Amino acid sequence: MSGEAQIAMPLVRVRGLTKQFHARGLGLFATTRPVVAVDDVSFDIPAGTTFGLVGESGSGKTTVAKMMLKLEKPSGGAIEIAGRDIAAHDASERAAYRRMVQAVLQDPYGALSPRLRVRDIVGEPMRAQGETQAAIDAAVPRLLESVGLAREAGTRYPHQFSGGQRQRVAIARAISVNPRLLVLDEPVSALDVSIRAQILNLLVEMQARLGLTYLFIGHDLAIVNHISTSVGVMYFGRMVEIGPADSVLGRPLHPYTRRLVTVASMREPFGSQRLGSGELPDPHNPPSGCHFRTRCRFADAQCAAARPALRPAGDGHQVACHHFEAIEAAQPRAARTA
Amino acid sequence: MTTSNLLELRDLCVSYGTPERPLPAVAHVDLAIRPGEIIGIAGESGSGKSTLCSAMIRALPDEARVAGDIVFAGRSLNAMGAAELRRLRGREISMILQNPMTSLDPLFTIGDQLGEVLTTRAGVSAAERGRRMVDVLRAVHLTAPERRVHQYPHELSGGMRQRVLIGMASSAAPKLLLADEPTTALDATIQEEILVLFNEIRDRHGTAIVVVTHDLGVIRRLCDRIVIMYLGRIVEEGPVETIFESPQHPYTRALLDSIPRIDGKRGALRTIPGQVPSLADAGENCAFAPRCARVQPRCRAEIPRETRIADDHRAFCWDLELRP
Repeated sequence: MSGEAQIAMPLVRVRGLTKQFHARGLGLFATTRPVVAVDDVSFDIPAGTTFGLVGESGSGKTTVAKMMLKLEKPSGGAIEIAGRDIAAHDASERAAYRRMVQAVLQDPYGALSPRLRVRDIVGEPMRAQGETQAAIDAAVPRLLESVGLAREAGTRYPHQFSGGQRQRVAIARAISVNPRLLVLDEPVSALDVSIRAQILNLLVEMQARLGLTYLFIGHDLAIVNHISTSVGVMYFGRMVEIGPADSVLGRPLHPYTRRLVTVASMREPFGSQRLGSGELPDPHNPPSGCHFRTRCRFADAQCAAARPALRPAGDGHQVACHHFEAIEAAQPRAARTA
Repeated sequence: MTTSNLLELRDLCVSYGTPERPLPAVAHVDLAIRPGEIIGIAGESGSGKSTLCSAMIRALPDEARVAGDIVFAGRSLNAMGAAELRRLRGREISMILQNPMTSLDPLFTIGDQLGEVLTTRAGVSAAERGRRMVDVLRAVHLTAPERRVHQYPHELSGGMRQRVLIGMASSAAPKLLLADEPTTALDATIQEEILVLFNEIRDRHGTAIVVVTHDLGVIRRLCDRIVIMYLGRIVEEGPVETIFESPQHPYTRALLDSIPRIDGKRGALRTIPGQVPSLADAGENCAFAPRCARVQPRCRAEIPRETRIADDHRAFCWDLELRP
């Protein structure tokens, strides 16, 4: 899956990305209180590979996706795609960007207009790019076929399709303008379990065939591990662990990632890594230092005093924890038994 | 079935739609639940798992047509009057629903709602109510329970609300707790905490728990026994370890094979071809036949019989009868 020729320049280069939202406080004279949804996040996605972004609700992963799609403006930092800072685009670059970056979202029911025929849904990005109707009519059956639907399916309406088929329609629409990057935000979460594998296989096959680059956002670690080349784990707006998928999910080092992997492995008896206090902190008033310390049984005074920086842990794997070496030495995880 | 069962479903059928075109949401289900066990009911959309769960407390919509019998602690639920059912619900059988955001009334404090439950279901006196409320919230590991009593639902996170609901549902030490997708709306690490709670309730009160979910990971980690449903029927039932190690029904096998494992190898996933069928397609045949790799002519013509693989393991598949 991973390309050979792109070591020089990744397709996506994110540096110090930050997003603050200003939520109004309660009461007449209350001041606005900032919430840092994304806090100094950096990652690269080499062309033709998949970067999996993992985190629970409120972790900021969807806000990262929205900024990549230019649906939100960053408060700080930069997103470079194909070597250009997307905030510095002129009008023609903006149009080209719309073609280059497409999205497939979680809800295959809400993402397709119920009033349009499938052929108009799939052809819509081409129309927005100024393609002729003849070109669209010629392309749609081919696109539908390439995602495993019947060529004639274009005459039907979304409600005539099941969830998995609708997600195929959404994927056909996304690839209609030959994009280079697909932002996939929980694309299989709303699907029945027996249908998920079909869509995941389609995504993997399309990536190989079309040389696509994916930003894959998910909360199911097994699925993210299956599809990703590298993985970033976010907690309360910060990247806490990042690196090759095999390394981050096979040898997780941050206490938060270790816990997520334990839950996802379905093997260890549950409760074996129980937290002292299970609740998520208040985003308006996050803990000082390390955000995870209030749920971490290894936390000490250093964790409250200083924010841990991402530190290298070998093989391109980085961890934002003051104590990851000591934790691993004390509690080595069993080697993976596939 | 023996008389030691807490709940027995006998040839239970629930259908919707018109008598001419019935939609059989649950068809001919036999199931026994023993005291103190945790049983998981798994299935995809349209499998009838939620309908089955609601039938166990007779909480189905009015238009549902029910046949067969539901026997709880030796008493038939079908023969019960409204007053008797009301006494049963909340005291002996409780239910927790999927969405912790809408299951609490936003206009009343946690204390108002919990206090009412304690008075009506557990018969707690007004003098004792305050202390018992704090006890209930502490039992579900809610931080600062004294403060929570005075808070409104919107002041609590989803995980905290689900704890409150579990506290309410278990406050009268019911014999049976029904939970329909209790962790689906929650994040992974919070899910884990909720699963621990279920285990504690079983250990403390000897409560039998039925968990309905599409998440096989939840069942594997929490349950003693698993029931797998497909289009309204049970296709396989057995101990969790047995089913995950050596599933017998082709649907169970295919489902387990299609799920990526975090410690598994990459490469193409095994897929189940086709779509999840709709209830209107249900007929006198095996509903999985169109998607099954081991399909035979008989599967399209007759509903499979029960095959016993072991005393506690059964499956419904014609192919099993032919296998040596």
